[in-house]
Amino acid sequence: MTATATPVAPRTNGASIAHRLFVVRELGIALALVLLIGVTFAVNTRFLNAQNVKDLLLGSSILAILAVGQAIVIITRNVDLSVGSILGLAAFATGAMFQSSPNLPIPVAIIIGMALGALCGAVNGGLIAAARVPALVVTLGTLYVFRGVDYTWATGRQINAADMPASFLHMGTTTVLGVPVLALFAVVVLAGAGIFLRSYRSGRELYAIGSDPDAARLYGIPVGRRVFWAFVASGALAGLAGVLHAARFGTIDANAGLGSELNVVAAVVVGGVAIFGGSGSVYGAALGAVLLTTIGSALPVLGINPFWQRAAVGVLILAAIGLDRSLAVRMARRLRGGSARGA
Amino acid sequence: MPPVLALEGVSKSFGAVAALRDVRLELRAGEAHALVGENGAGKSTLVKILAGVHAPDSGKVLLDGAAVTFGGPAEARAAGIAVIYQEPTLFPDLSVAENIFMGRQPLRRGRRIDSAATRTRAAELFTRLGVRIDPDRPARGLSIADQQLVEIAKALSANARVLVMDEPTAALSGVEVERLFAVARSLRDEGAAVLFISHRFDEVFDLCQRITVMRDGRWISTDDAADVTVDTVIRTMVGRELSTLYPKVAAEPGDTRLEVRGLTRWGYFDDVTFDVRGGEIVALAGLVGAGRSEVVRAVFGIDRPDAGEVRVEGRRLPLGDTPAAIAAGLALVPEDRRQQGLVMELSVERNATLPRRWALAKAGLLVGGAERRSAATWAERLQVKAGHPTDPVSTLSGGNQQKVVLAKWLSTQPRVLIVDEPTRGIDVGTKAEVHRLLSELAANGVAVLMVSSELPEVLGMADRVLVMHEGRLVADIARAEADEESVMFAATGQKEEA
Amino acid sequence: MAPETVIDLAAQPRTSRQRPPWLRTFASWETTVVLALVLVILIGSATIDGVGDPRFYRFVILEAIPIALIALPMTLIVITGEIDLSVASTVGLTCSAMGALWQAGVTSLPLLILVSLVLGAVLGAVNGVFVTVFGLPSLAVTIGTLALYRGLAFVVLGDKAVADYPVSWTTNMIAPIPGTVVPWFVLVVAVLALLFGVLLHATPIGRALYAIGNNAEAAAYSGIAVLRTKFWLFVATGAVSALAGVFWTFRFASARADNADGLELSVVAAVLLGGVSIFGGRGALLGVIAAVALLGTLRNALQLADVPANALTIVTGTLLILSVVGPNLVRTVRERLRRRQPTPPMERTQR
Repeated sequence: MTATATPVAPRTNGASIAHRLFVVRELGIALALVLLIGVTFAVNTRFLNAQNVKDLLLGSSILAILAVGQAIVIITRNVDLSVGSILGLAAFATGAMFQSSPNLPIPVAIIIGMALGALCGAVNGGLIAAARVPALVVTLGTLYVFRGVDYTWATGRQINAADMPASFLHMGTTTVLGVPVLALFAVVVLAGAGIFLRSYRSGRELYAIGSDPDAARLYGIPVGRRVFWAFVASGALAGLAGVLHAARFGTIDANAGLGSELNVVAAVVVGGVAIFGGSGSVYGAALGAVLLTTIGSALPVLGINPFWQRAAVGVLILAAIGLDRSLAVRMARRLRGGSARGA
Repeated sequence: MPPVLALEGVSKSFGAVAALRDVRLELRAGEAHALVGENGAGKSTLVKILAGVHAPDSGKVLLDGAAVTFGGPAEARAAGIAVIYQEPTLFPDLSVAENIFMGRQPLRRGRRIDSAATRTRAAELFTRLGVRIDPDRPARGLSIADQQLVEIAKALSANARVLVMDEPTAALSGVEVERLFAVARSLRDEGAAVLFISHRFDEVFDLCQRITVMRDGRWISTDDAADVTVDTVIRTMVGRELSTLYPKVAAEPGDTRLEVRGLTRWGYFDDVTFDVRGGEIVALAGLVGAGRSEVVRAVFGIDRPDAGEVRVEGRRLPLGDTPAAIAAGLALVPEDRRQQGLVMELSVERNATLPRRWALAKAGLLVGGAERRSAATWAERLQVKAGHPTDPVSTLSGGNQQKVVLAKWLSTQPRVLIVDEPTRGIDVGTKAEVHRLLSELAANGVAVLMVSSELPEVLGMADRVLVMHEGRLVADIARAEADEESVMFAATGQKEEA
Repeated sequence: MAPETVIDLAAQPRTSRQRPPWLRTFASWETTVVLALVLVILIGSATIDGVGDPRFYRFVILEAIPIALIALPMTLIVITGEIDLSVASTVGLTCSAMGALWQAGVTSLPLLILVSLVLGAVLGAVNGVFVTVFGLPSLAVTIGTLALYRGLAFVVLGDKAVADYPVSWTTNMIAPIPGTVVPWFVLVVAVLALLFGVLLHATPIGRALYAIGNNAEAAAYSGIAVLRTKFWLFVATGAVSALAGVFWTFRFASARADNADGLELSVVAAVLLGGVSIFGGRGALLGVIAAVALLGTLRNALQLADVPANALTIVTGTLLILSVVGPNLVRTVRERLRRRQPTPPMERTQR
């Protein structure tokens, strides 16, 4: 988000305001994160020792990947509540695959997991785009369906670390140059999604759709197709998150990821993506995921009863949407004033 | 040489309602073509067919003489057709530059968007248009005029061969209109075909070589502009003599019913003061965007004004409280029937009784068909033509919908009736009925405040004309002195000797 | 459950009279859900051992009561185009508060109940303030308070359970109506259902709710206090959720912070399956009550048929998807058919 000089002397300072607010919004989360880490570190320097940092990154990677997928969907003014169930399904599938063919190469496992997730996403997107039904209802339905498929498949079984190859489990916890592999996955996903949304025509069209779906249709943007692929992307990322979940925890039953959907939406909202689409970025969403995870591990260090964690998350969500709202109101007022003066 | 774009025998229906029947149109290169007709004549549907939004049910769209079928707006745009809609369709969250180039952004290596080039080219377009809009600012918060300019920049950027403008000047000031016309002329002179839809006949004759008139979804005539006059065009449009439309009977004004003092809403209107007496029809005239609807909205309590007071029959109203305003005897027939006047999905009956729902209830319960009887009474009085009172109001024609809105408010027996563009988009017959009704109401002592953009309506109906310009009340003209010139003079902000 | 109490109110003619009656019956989603319920009961009783048994229904009803309770105000909220996802957390926080009060020596049952209801109303009011005063989207707000209220529940009670209530309280809560197996608490649900049904379908407030849900702007122009109405709906939802919390505590004889975790989605699922449009403006209370009964009966019947309990979520999910896809398909087909008919004489319109 660098401010570039414009060839025409701006008639209003609207852009700089807009830019500044945008930057403020994401810097805001980053700042809150730094502040939280700083204070916690000041209280107990062990908070930032290698092990703790690694745990933090491991903990936030999977949530961040889910949040990136969710952000893509929410930007189009939709929502995907089925990500937790897709994660569970993909995690169990990964375990089951390794159980039946222990020599399966890891990349193949990842691809299969993502393909399974993408398939689930295609079911969501197909129903939403073709039958033109609201995403909230459809994905609430598939939340139950995918989880039910997972349960039926698992029939109470549990897959243990012993059932999976050591190299796979190693991937879930190992680090490269001090950075957990899981976090690398998250960074790659984040960079990919970030570049796509910012620099590709179809990425920008996702914002246009979320900003005003009717105008998008009138403009000839293939709204249905774009929304479909947004859900496929979200599904595929949830599938990836499932595979990584399996690698990290080593023990999988049919409950993996149960109830995580609202956490993911929370991370996205805290990250500054408008719940009704059109604005926000995947970087913000990922930062939101890191922030939510950090709160969890910072509270005990700060000597606060860990029971406060969920309450703190709730306050954070309310503060985030309240902040977004007041920024939007203030920006609208300034832009309106500037425009009237120029006319 | 065949026309660049032509329609032949095009018909289009929505459900049971035929919007276009056997319409023809020829747009030639290097020519500006006007399309005129009353609201509801089918112009907007025609525009959407040209834009590829709707496909015609029958008939042909010819591009360079060859029949084409547009699969969607993107295909029409690719064929060189640029459309500027009445209401700009920008994406509020995206930057102005992105809005201009959406889907056509300049690319660099790897099919990635070159945002620097996007910005530069947007700036170049604005330079060419002679305006200064920051390409980086979001579209949200742009004035209507600026949004319109962004739409024009969009059309320019696409090197359009056909430029369709659906009432682009409605919200523009004189200077802005001039700038727009300069662009349209230069495009025309470079060989583009221009289709211009407007209600302002001076502009039509100023810009266009040929004029097509539509009425009731049908093609009526196409003439060279040189061969017709404003009068003949209007007569063709309306299909009857004008004078019969405005049956205002003189009534003796009674006591002051509505007093508005120093009403101010920052950024919209400033220090507005006026009275309306019983038996009087007062018109609130001015250009679109002058703040007229905003004033009546504030009077009715939809928006909360920042300063000032509103009194009905001497009693001061709490500001920003619509239920209180209704209880005091105010009624507002709003500007946008579909969005504000009616709940389109609800039945005729429910809509017609919504403001009176408490009065119709017995012990807090709405049972025993009280709503049905009330709705039936008023629907009959206003001669609403509806299939059944339980049909959704969306199934009615525009004129009948407007009658339901009127029924809804007349049933509250208002002391002050505010009507905002009461005849917009309804057929001529219903229009006359509405005018007769307003006139009758005034004769019965109701104070009527009428916002209207149609000068003949203002001049024909009003006992007094208040004129607004850029958020201020600039003139109060008695019926005797009010003519087209004096009202437009005030509305465009020109002062004598200025 | 006493769905018949609201049949008359909900079944007002809302569709055109020109359609033949049989089509109208089928066109109404509520009727479809009721029929499905009857079918499930009939087929279940005939094929699955134990489904006909009174104890089966007693269990179904006990299980369905909290969902049915919360679904009542939730229906109204969704009809106005809003949503409240914090209801289950409100249940949890109420349970925690009751547990904490009991431990602190508050032993008066009426006082405990009163405090709970007030607490629930306050929690609902907090949602209402965020949505109506600050103008924030209810979906986001109540995801926030979902976390907040559940978090506070843990703060109040930690992860322990308070279970030493007098046995008389807990047995009384699930006691049957004398001479039947039906729990008496159903009467409370029935009275509330009647109240909400009348409110929604036969009062000026109900008319306002539908108007708000279809078009809040037009509602405001008709003199409806949109924000005030929404605010009180959130308060009512909080209070009723608290009542569900009271029931939950005594039914399971256990106040825990994680009581009713995840129940919000079951409630929303029932409301949507009952034919209420997620966009607001459409739906009837009868459909929702039938949907609660349908989901409960189906679940328990299949459980008796040895279908693994957890796999039943497939049924819930599929029904939910069908509830939106089904009517849409019907509408599409109907439009196709209409388009084939010759165009009637021209009518004027404004496009």
